[in-house]
Amino acid sequence: MSNEIWVLLQHRDGALHRGSREAIAAARAIAGRNGGEVVAVLIGKGIADLATTAATYDVARVCTVEHDALADYTPGGYVGVLSAAILAAAPAFVVAPHTYQSVEYVPRLAQAVDAALVPEVVAFEDRDGLAYRRPIMGGKLQAVVRTRGEGTVVLTVQSGAFSADDAGSGSAEVVALADAGEPAVDREIVGVEQAAEDTVDLSSADVIVAAGRGVGGEDKMGPITALAAALGADIGASRPVIDSGWLPRDRQIGSSGQTVAPKLYIAAGISGAIQHLVGMKGATCVVAINKDRNAPIFSVARYGVIGDLHEVLPALTTAIEEAKAAG
Amino acid sequence: MRIAVCIKQVPDTEARLRVAKDGRWVDEEDLPFVINESDNYALEEALKITEEHGGEVVAICLGPGRAQEALRKALALGVASAVHLADDAFTGGDAVATARALAAAVRHTEADLVITGSQSDDVGYGSTGSILAGHLGWPHAWLVMGVEIEDGAGSAVVVREMEAGMNERLRIALPAVIEVQAGINHPRYASLRGIMKAKRKPLESLGPADLELDPSTVGAAGSRLEILEVAFPSSGESAEILEGEATEVAKSLVEKLRNEARVL
Repeated sequence: MSNEIWVLLQHRDGALHRGSREAIAAARAIAGRNGGEVVAVLIGKGIADLATTAATYDVARVCTVEHDALADYTPGGYVGVLSAAILAAAPAFVVAPHTYQSVEYVPRLAQAVDAALVPEVVAFEDRDGLAYRRPIMGGKLQAVVRTRGEGTVVLTVQSGAFSADDAGSGSAEVVALADAGEPAVDREIVGVEQAAEDTVDLSSADVIVAAGRGVGGEDKMGPITALAAALGADIGASRPVIDSGWLPRDRQIGSSGQTVAPKLYIAAGISGAIQHLVGMKGATCVVAINKDRNAPIFSVARYGVIGDLHEVLPALTTAIEEAKAAG
Repeated sequence: MRIAVCIKQVPDTEARLRVAKDGRWVDEEDLPFVINESDNYALEEALKITEEHGGEVVAICLGPGRAQEALRKALALGVASAVHLADDAFTGGDAVATARALAAAVRHTEADLVITGSQSDDVGYGSTGSILAGHLGWPHAWLVMGVEIEDGAGSAVVVREMEAGMNERLRIALPAVIEVQAGINHPRYASLRGIMKAKRKPLESLGPADLELDPSTVGAAGSRLEILEVAFPSSGESAEILEGEATEVAKSLVEKLRNEARVL
């Protein structure tokens, strides 16, 4: 068992994913608590420039694997290469950003090396040793968890939980990753395509009224539409509304939809799962309306209304119309 | 084709949650439980595939006695048979231990394909299906928004969500584990006839011994992860909370949006 803290850097189209820097920041936070050396791990094809970039962060070294079969990410390719190296070096920790890519292959990597897995860490705590805070129940609650037994701990860190600026700066050496395994590519990439035609661009909207599951049905959108009309706002939605077919997919705000930054964002009946929050936290003023006072949406709101949106929204629409009429 | 669908029974996401007395989980008394959202979509996808290509669906659920209700619901939707991993030895596991038990159950069902949801709405590890694939030695795909079985080819083409609104189209050899994302289809409702028929469909309850599993490798005993505490996050601190009669709240909010936040 070494005291190394490995960071699995994610990249695409010749650029590091911003989560990679956040993961380095998380690894440095572990090093600050437990000691240990932060090592950046970068695998792919044509990654020399990326390695040079990675070496400018505060890491002891950048370990790379260059391989034709790693030109595109596949779980088998990544797990094959990394698991052998992890088994040989036995780092104390392996840290990855909690992205759509990592969540797919990192659990399998943890299983392959018989490591403990802690998904979606938002903070570290000291509970007779290192403990981890992570969201449960769609972010309504948080759990503090601890690992048992010896061996490597693999963790992914939630987007935005650690600051990319805390990746620090340095001038590390770039070396080949020791004992890297062979990529075992286990699926064929047929193509990459746009998920939905974005006929609606919410990214430049000034005011957005966003509907959540709490609206209660496609036939219950009336108060949303009326408020949007009174405000001259665009209508957006969280994922459950789209999945239920109450609004078309190009209205979706969040990690698999659009990212917005309006002046005013009114979230109605949205509980505020992280997948939604990452898409709207750039809004200047957030108003959240929800029956559940523990809904995580209130943590990013400037104003929170605890109540039934079917009562609050019509009242708000009237109040706005009256205020407008009064000038 | 024989498709195993792994489902989980979780607290209704709309339910009001309370922390249990020991502070280590939610208080389950009077808490409504439902089939995990993305697992509902997994059931629908599996039923659609067998309707088009033949075969049958078996549902697997790991969970205490109450979880039988989730399996009865799956049977009512059209699943042919169900496997319940109800033994206490299975509960309280992390993703690795839970996936180990599920892998043994999948082998028991002799399935050619596993379809499951991408993430549970309670612990939200998002990992169990991928680790299940690891235990089985099968390829997998997570966050899947489309599945087409290629007849006779022993493969499927799946569409996987990437970030920034892009999708990846992949060909994956079967057997495989496919973890679907909510929204992939429109889940059906159980018909009255389906509910009646479900009562006569086979529902097998299996323990570690039936699956030749060492009880110390599954459930809480086989887990590397331990929950010490659950609590409401310190949210609401940044929000100024308004409550009361709707008209008054609305007036006060408009005044604040105009004069304080200056966004109206």
